[in-house]
Amino acid sequence: MFFDNFFKKKSSGSVAKDRLKLVLVTDRANCSPDLMEQMKKDIIDVISKYVEIDLKGLDIKITQTESGEGNGSVPALIANIPISEMKVKNS
Amino acid sequence: MGEVIVITSGKGGVGKTTTTANIGTGLAKLGKSVVLIDTDIGLRNLDVVMGLENRIVYNLVDVIEGTCRINQALIKDKRTPNLYLLPSAQTKDKTAVSPEQMKKLADELRENFDYILMDCPAGIEQGFKNAIAGATRALIVTTPEMSAVRDADRIIGLLEAAEMEKTELIVNRIRPDMVKREEMLSSEDVVDVLRIDLIGVVPDDENIVISTNKGEPLVGSDTMAGKAYLNICKRIMGEEVPWLDLYHKDGIMSKFASIFKKKN
Repeated sequence: MFFDNFFKKKSSGSVAKDRLKLVLVTDRANCSPDLMEQMKKDIIDVISKYVEIDLKGLDIKITQTESGEGNGSVPALIANIPISEMKVKNS
Repeated sequence: MGEVIVITSGKGGVGKTTTTANIGTGLAKLGKSVVLIDTDIGLRNLDVVMGLENRIVYNLVDVIEGTCRINQALIKDKRTPNLYLLPSAQTKDKTAVSPEQMKKLADELRENFDYILMDCPAGIEQGFKNAIAGATRALIVTTPEMSAVRDADRIIGLLEAAEMEKTELIVNRIRPDMVKREEMLSSEDVVDVLRIDLIGVVPDDENIVISTNKGEPLVGSDTMAGKAYLNICKRIMGEEVPWLDLYHKDGIMSKFASIFKKKN
Protein backbone atom coordinates (compact mmCIF):
# COMPACT_ATOMS: atom_id res chain seq x y z
CA MET A 1 0.00 0.00 0.00
CA PHE A 2 2.68 2.41 1.10
CA PHE A 3 4.91 1.42 -1.79
CA ASP A 4 2.04 1.66 -4.24
CA ASN A 5 1.69 5.28 -3.29
CA PHE A 6 5.38 5.79 -3.14
CA PHE A 7 5.92 4.71 -6.73
CA LYS A 8 2.79 6.54 -7.86
CA LYS A 9 1.26 3.33 -9.10
CA LYS A 10 -2.11 3.61 -10.79
CA SER A 11 -4.88 3.33 -8.23
CA SER A 12 -6.99 0.18 -8.35
CA GLY A 13 -10.07 2.34 -8.85
CA SER A 14 -8.83 3.73 -12.13
CA VAL A 15 -7.53 0.31 -13.17
CA ALA A 16 -11.06 -1.00 -12.61
CA LYS A 17 -12.56 1.81 -14.65
CA ASP A 18 -10.21 1.24 -17.57
CA ARG A 19 -10.78 -2.51 -17.53
CA LEU A 20 -14.51 -2.01 -17.26
CA LYS A 21 -14.62 0.39 -20.19
CA LEU A 22 -12.75 -2.07 -22.35
CA VAL A 23 -14.89 -5.03 -21.37
CA LEU A 24 -18.11 -3.09 -21.96
CA VAL A 25 -16.98 -1.97 -25.37
CA THR A 26 -16.41 -5.54 -26.46
CA ASP A 27 -19.63 -6.68 -24.72
CA ARG A 28 -21.70 -4.02 -26.44
CA ALA A 29 -20.17 -4.37 -29.88
CA ASN A 30 -19.83 -8.13 -29.63
CA CYS A 31 -16.28 -7.58 -30.81
CA SER A 32 -13.39 -9.49 -29.23
CA PRO A 33 -10.06 -7.81 -28.38
CA ASP A 34 -8.40 -10.05 -31.01
CA LEU A 35 -10.73 -8.80 -33.71
CA MET A 36 -10.11 -5.25 -32.52
CA GLU A 37 -6.33 -5.73 -32.80
CA GLN A 38 -6.67 -7.15 -36.29
CA MET A 39 -8.84 -4.24 -37.38
CA LYS A 40 -6.41 -1.76 -35.85
CA LYS A 41 -3.52 -3.33 -37.72
CA ASP A 42 -5.35 -3.22 -41.04
CA ILE A 43 -6.35 0.41 -40.54
CA ILE A 44 -2.72 1.31 -39.81
CA ASP A 45 -1.52 -0.60 -42.88
CA VAL A 46 -3.90 1.20 -45.19
CA ILE A 47 -3.22 4.68 -43.87
CA SER A 48 0.54 4.10 -43.75
CA LYS A 49 0.47 3.74 -47.53
CA TYR A 50 -0.25 7.45 -47.79
CA VAL A 51 1.06 9.16 -44.66
CA GLU A 52 3.55 8.58 -41.84
CA ILE A 53 1.65 7.74 -38.66
CA ASP A 54 2.76 8.63 -35.16
CA LEU A 55 2.17 5.19 -33.62
CA LYS A 56 2.64 6.43 -30.05
CA GLY A 57 -0.25 8.86 -30.29
CA LEU A 58 -2.48 6.37 -32.06
CA ASP A 59 -5.87 5.72 -30.51
CA ILE A 60 -8.45 3.48 -32.13
CA LYS A 61 -11.41 2.30 -30.12
CA ILE A 62 -15.08 1.47 -30.14
CA THR A 63 -17.23 3.79 -28.05
CA GLN A 64 -20.86 4.75 -27.81
CA THR A 65 -22.35 7.60 -29.77
CA GLU A 66 -25.83 9.02 -30.20
CA SER A 67 -27.45 7.53 -33.26
CA GLY A 68 -28.53 9.85 -36.05
CA GLU A 69 -32.14 8.76 -35.74
CA GLY A 70 -32.19 9.81 -32.11
CA ASN A 71 -32.98 6.39 -30.71
CA GLY A 72 -30.31 6.04 -28.07
CA SER A 73 -26.63 5.24 -28.37
CA VAL A 74 -25.00 2.96 -30.90
CA PRO A 75 -21.41 1.68 -31.10
CA ALA A 76 -19.01 3.85 -33.07
CA LEU A 77 -15.45 3.35 -34.20
CA ILE A 78 -13.37 6.35 -33.18
CA ALA A 79 -9.86 6.64 -34.57
CA ASN A 80 -7.45 9.36 -33.61
CA ILE A 81 -4.41 8.92 -35.83
CA PRO A 82 -1.74 11.63 -35.58
CA ILE A 83 0.22 12.14 -38.77
CA SER A 84 3.92 12.76 -38.31
CA GLU A 85 4.69 13.38 -41.94
CA MET A 86 2.81 13.52 -45.21
CA LYS A 87 4.36 11.17 -47.69
CA VAL A 88 5.28 12.52 -51.05
CA LYS A 89 3.20 10.78 -53.62
CA ASN A 90 5.30 9.24 -56.35
CA SER A 91 2.83 8.76 -59.07
CA MET B 1 -53.22 5.68 -12.28
CA GLY B 2 -50.18 4.42 -10.42
CA GLU B 3 -46.66 3.86 -11.67
CA VAL B 4 -45.11 0.40 -11.97
CA ILE B 5 -41.39 0.37 -11.18
CA VAL B 6 -39.10 -2.63 -11.45
CA ILE B 7 -35.97 -2.85 -9.29
CA THR B 8 -33.41 -4.92 -11.13
CA SER B 9 -29.65 -5.49 -11.38
CA GLY B 10 -28.62 -8.55 -13.35
CA LYS B 11 -26.11 -9.64 -10.74
CA GLY B 12 -27.33 -11.12 -7.49
CA GLY B 13 -26.46 -9.84 -4.04
CA VAL B 14 -26.14 -6.15 -4.87
CA GLY B 15 -29.09 -5.11 -2.71
CA LYS B 16 -32.20 -5.23 -4.90
CA THR B 17 -34.47 -6.55 -2.17
CA THR B 18 -33.16 -4.15 0.48
CA THR B 19 -33.59 -1.32 -2.01
CA THR B 20 -37.15 -2.38 -2.86
CA ALA B 21 -38.07 -2.61 0.83
CA ASN B 22 -36.61 0.78 1.67
CA ILE B 23 -37.95 2.65 -1.35
CA GLY B 24 -41.39 1.11 -0.90
CA THR B 25 -41.48 1.98 2.78
CA GLY B 26 -40.14 5.46 2.05
CA LEU B 27 -42.76 6.23 -0.58
CA ALA B 28 -45.48 5.07 1.83
CA LYS B 29 -44.00 7.26 4.59
CA LEU B 30 -44.21 10.17 2.16
CA GLY B 31 -47.94 9.55 1.93
CA LYS B 32 -48.20 7.36 -1.17
CA SER B 33 -50.04 4.04 -1.41
CA VAL B 34 -47.59 1.31 -2.32
CA VAL B 35 -47.57 -2.40 -3.18
CA LEU B 36 -44.32 -4.37 -3.17
CA ILE B 37 -44.28 -7.51 -5.28
CA ASP B 38 -41.65 -10.18 -4.74
CA THR B 39 -41.31 -11.67 -8.22
CA ASP B 40 -38.54 -14.09 -7.32
CA ILE B 41 -40.63 -17.24 -7.41
CA GLY B 42 -39.03 -20.11 -5.51
CA LEU B 43 -36.66 -17.86 -3.55
CA ARG B 44 -38.83 -15.71 -1.30
CA ASN B 45 -36.92 -12.87 0.39
CA LEU B 46 -38.71 -9.56 0.50
CA ASP B 47 -41.08 -10.74 3.25
CA VAL B 48 -38.14 -11.32 5.60
CA VAL B 49 -36.54 -7.94 4.88
CA MET B 50 -39.94 -6.31 5.56
CA GLY B 51 -40.42 -8.39 8.72
CA LEU B 52 -43.69 -9.80 7.42
CA GLU B 53 -42.70 -13.46 7.05
CA ASN B 54 -45.15 -14.69 9.68
CA ARG B 55 -48.20 -13.17 8.04
CA ILE B 56 -48.17 -14.88 4.66
CA VAL B 57 -51.30 -16.80 3.73
CA TYR B 58 -51.52 -16.48 -0.05
CA ASN B 59 -48.84 -15.56 -2.57
CA LEU B 60 -48.23 -14.24 -6.08
CA VAL B 61 -48.84 -17.60 -7.77
CA ASP B 62 -52.14 -18.02 -5.88
CA VAL B 63 -53.28 -14.66 -7.26
CA ILE B 64 -52.17 -15.47 -10.81
CA GLU B 65 -53.81 -18.91 -10.72
CA GLY B 66 -57.00 -17.47 -9.28
CA THR B 67 -56.83 -19.41 -6.00
CA CYS B 68 -57.55 -16.14 -4.18
CA ARG B 69 -58.35 -12.51 -4.87
CA ILE B 70 -55.57 -9.90 -4.93
CA ASN B 71 -56.81 -8.30 -1.73
CA GLN B 72 -56.62 -11.59 0.15
CA ALA B 73 -52.95 -12.01 -0.75
CA LEU B 74 -51.81 -8.44 0.02
CA ILE B 75 -50.14 -8.27 3.43
CA LYS B 76 -50.48 -4.99 5.26
CA ASP B 77 -47.23 -3.59 6.65
CA LYS B 78 -46.76 -3.60 10.42
CA ARG B 79 -45.80 0.03 10.85
CA THR B 80 -46.40 2.08 7.74
CA PRO B 81 -49.96 2.70 6.55
CA ASN B 82 -50.83 2.27 2.86
CA LEU B 83 -47.98 -0.18 2.36
CA TYR B 84 -48.64 -3.75 1.20
CA LEU B 85 -46.59 -6.78 0.22
CA LEU B 86 -47.49 -9.44 -2.30
CA PRO B 87 -45.10 -12.25 -1.40
CA SER B 88 -43.59 -14.73 -3.79
CA ALA B 89 -44.37 -18.45 -3.78
CA GLN B 90 -41.78 -20.66 -2.17
CA THR B 91 -42.75 -24.00 -3.70
CA LYS B 92 -43.36 -23.14 -7.37
CA ASP B 93 -40.81 -22.13 -10.00
CA LYS B 94 -40.57 -19.22 -12.41
CA THR B 95 -42.56 -20.93 -15.15
CA ALA B 96 -45.69 -20.76 -12.96
CA VAL B 97 -46.14 -17.15 -14.12
CA SER B 98 -45.95 -15.54 -17.58
CA PRO B 99 -45.04 -11.95 -18.52
CA GLU B 100 -48.61 -11.42 -19.82
CA GLN B 101 -50.08 -12.45 -16.48
CA MET B 102 -47.70 -10.16 -14.61
CA LYS B 103 -48.62 -7.24 -16.84
CA LYS B 104 -52.32 -7.86 -16.24
CA LEU B 105 -51.75 -7.99 -12.49
CA ALA B 106 -49.70 -4.77 -12.55
CA ASP B 107 -52.39 -3.01 -14.57
CA GLU B 108 -55.05 -4.04 -12.08
CA LEU B 109 -53.00 -2.79 -9.13
CA ARG B 110 -52.26 0.50 -10.89
CA GLU B 111 -55.88 1.46 -10.54
CA ASN B 112 -55.78 1.41 -6.75
CA PHE B 113 -52.20 2.25 -5.79
CA ASP B 114 -49.75 5.08 -6.48
CA TYR B 115 -46.69 2.87 -6.81
CA ILE B 116 -46.22 -0.81 -7.57
CA LEU B 117 -42.63 -1.95 -7.01
CA MET B 118 -41.43 -5.19 -8.57
CA ASP B 119 -38.48 -6.82 -6.82
CA CYS B 120 -36.78 -8.60 -9.72
CA PRO B 121 -34.79 -11.82 -9.34
CA ALA B 122 -31.13 -11.94 -10.41
CA GLY B 123 -30.41 -13.09 -13.93
CA ILE B 124 -31.88 -12.31 -17.33
CA GLU B 125 -34.21 -15.27 -17.80
CA GLN B 126 -37.92 -15.80 -17.28
CA GLY B 127 -38.01 -14.21 -13.83
CA PHE B 128 -36.50 -11.00 -15.21
CA LYS B 129 -38.96 -10.97 -18.11
CA ASN B 130 -41.86 -11.44 -15.69
CA ALA B 131 -40.69 -8.63 -13.43
CA ILE B 132 -40.25 -6.04 -16.19
CA ALA B 133 -43.39 -6.98 -18.13
CA GLY B 134 -45.77 -4.54 -16.45
CA ALA B 135 -43.25 -1.84 -15.57
CA THR B 136 -42.79 1.54 -17.25
CA ARG B 137 -39.85 2.59 -15.11
CA ALA B 138 -36.76 0.68 -14.03
CA LEU B 139 -34.31 1.30 -11.22
CA ILE B 140 -31.03 -0.49 -11.77
CA VAL B 141 -29.12 -1.31 -8.63
CA THR B 142 -25.39 -1.81 -8.89
CA THR B 143 -22.40 -1.81 -6.57
CA PRO B 144 -19.07 -0.18 -7.49
CA GLU B 145 -17.62 -3.50 -8.62
CA MET B 146 -16.70 -4.47 -12.14
CA SER B 147 -18.87 -7.58 -12.23
CA ALA B 148 -21.97 -5.75 -11.01
CA VAL B 149 -21.47 -2.81 -13.38
CA ARG B 150 -20.92 -5.13 -16.30
CA ASP B 151 -24.16 -6.98 -15.56
CA ALA B 152 -25.96 -3.66 -15.14
CA ASP B 153 -24.82 -2.71 -18.63
CA ARG B 154 -26.34 -5.92 -19.99
CA ILE B 155 -29.59 -5.17 -18.19
CA ILE B 156 -29.67 -1.62 -19.58
CA GLY B 157 -29.35 -3.06 -23.08
CA LEU B 158 -32.19 -5.51 -22.45
CA LEU B 159 -34.42 -2.80 -20.99
CA GLU B 160 -33.76 -0.61 -24.03
CA ALA B 161 -34.72 -3.49 -26.28
CA ALA B 162 -37.90 -3.98 -24.22
CA GLU B 163 -38.65 -0.25 -24.67
CA MET B 164 -38.66 0.63 -20.99
CA GLU B 165 -39.77 4.26 -20.76
CA LYS B 166 -37.42 5.36 -17.99
CA THR B 167 -34.26 3.73 -16.64
CA GLU B 168 -32.36 5.14 -13.68
CA LEU B 169 -29.35 4.03 -11.68
CA ILE B 170 -28.75 3.45 -7.97
CA VAL B 171 -25.15 2.93 -6.91
CA ASN B 172 -25.26 0.91 -3.72
CA ARG B 173 -22.65 0.15 -1.04
CA ILE B 174 -20.31 3.00 -1.84
CA ARG B 175 -17.46 3.27 0.64
CA PRO B 176 -16.51 6.94 0.63
CA ASP B 177 -13.16 6.28 2.33
CA MET B 178 -12.15 3.86 -0.42
CA VAL B 179 -13.42 6.15 -3.19
CA LYS B 180 -11.34 8.94 -1.67
CA ARG B 181 -8.24 6.73 -1.82
CA GLU B 182 -9.19 5.87 -5.41
CA GLU B 183 -9.39 2.22 -4.49
CA MET B 184 -13.05 1.98 -5.46
CA LEU B 185 -15.07 3.13 -8.46
CA SER B 186 -16.97 6.30 -7.59
CA SER B 187 -20.62 6.80 -8.48
CA GLU B 188 -19.40 9.28 -11.12
CA ASP B 189 -17.19 6.57 -12.63
CA VAL B 190 -20.13 4.18 -12.79
CA VAL B 191 -22.40 6.79 -14.39
CA ASP B 192 -19.64 7.68 -16.84
CA VAL B 193 -19.36 4.07 -17.93
CA LEU B 194 -23.07 3.18 -18.00
CA ARG B 195 -24.36 6.51 -19.29
CA ILE B 196 -27.77 6.54 -17.63
CA ASP B 197 -29.35 8.94 -15.16
CA LEU B 198 -28.34 8.57 -11.54
CA ILE B 199 -31.19 8.63 -9.03
CA GLY B 200 -29.36 7.62 -5.88
CA VAL B 201 -26.09 6.79 -4.15
CA VAL B 202 -26.34 4.64 -1.03
CA PRO B 203 -23.28 4.30 1.18
CA ASP B 204 -22.21 0.97 2.63
CA ASP B 205 -23.77 1.21 6.08
CA GLU B 206 -23.76 -1.42 8.82
CA ASN B 207 -27.17 -0.16 9.87
CA ILE B 208 -28.56 -1.97 6.80
CA VAL B 209 -27.49 -5.29 8.29
CA ILE B 210 -29.02 -4.33 11.62
CA SER B 211 -32.28 -3.24 10.02
CA THR B 212 -32.52 -6.44 8.00
CA ASN B 213 -31.88 -8.44 11.17
CA LYS B 214 -34.88 -6.74 12.72
CA GLY B 215 -37.02 -6.76 9.61
CA GLU B 216 -37.47 -3.00 9.75
CA PRO B 217 -36.42 -0.95 6.70
CA LEU B 218 -34.31 2.01 7.86
CA VAL B 219 -35.46 4.55 5.28
CA GLY B 220 -35.92 7.97 6.83
CA SER B 221 -33.88 7.13 9.93
CA ASP B 222 -30.94 9.23 11.03
CA THR B 223 -28.39 7.03 9.28
CA MET B 224 -26.52 7.67 6.05
CA ALA B 225 -28.33 4.85 4.23
CA GLY B 226 -31.65 5.93 5.72
CA LYS B 227 -31.19 9.45 4.38
CA ALA B 228 -29.95 8.23 1.00
CA TYR B 229 -33.02 6.02 0.55
CA LEU B 230 -35.44 8.77 1.51
CA ASN B 231 -33.79 11.07 -1.03
CA ILE B 232 -34.28 8.42 -3.72
CA CYS B 233 -37.99 8.25 -2.83
CA LYS B 234 -38.34 12.00 -3.20
CA ARG B 235 -36.55 11.93 -6.55
CA ILE B 236 -38.87 9.16 -7.72
CA MET B 237 -41.77 11.47 -6.87
CA GLY B 238 -40.17 14.16 -9.03
CA GLU B 239 -38.61 16.31 -6.34
CA GLU B 240 -35.16 17.77 -6.80
CA VAL B 241 -33.03 16.78 -3.85
CA PRO B 242 -29.39 17.77 -3.36
CA TRP B 243 -26.89 14.91 -3.20
CA LEU B 244 -25.83 13.72 0.24
CA ASP B 245 -22.31 14.59 1.25
CA LEU B 246 -21.00 11.09 1.89
CA TYR B 247 -17.48 12.35 2.43
CA HIS B 248 -18.45 14.74 5.16
CA LYS B 249 -18.05 12.27 8.02
CA ASP B 250 -14.39 11.68 7.33
CA GLY B 251 -13.34 15.30 7.71
CA ILE B 252 -11.26 16.14 10.75
CA MET B 253 -13.43 19.09 11.66
CA SER B 254 -16.62 17.06 11.55
CA LYS B 255 -15.00 14.34 13.64
CA PHE B 256 -14.33 16.92 16.30
CA ALA B 257 -17.84 18.17 15.89
CA SER B 258 -19.31 14.71 16.39
CA ILE B 259 -17.22 14.13 19.52
CA PHE B 260 -18.45 17.41 20.82
CA LYS B 261 -22.04 16.52 20.04
CA LYS B 262 -21.81 13.21 21.90
CA LYS B 263 -20.70 15.00 25.06
CA ASN B 264 -23.68 17.25 25.02
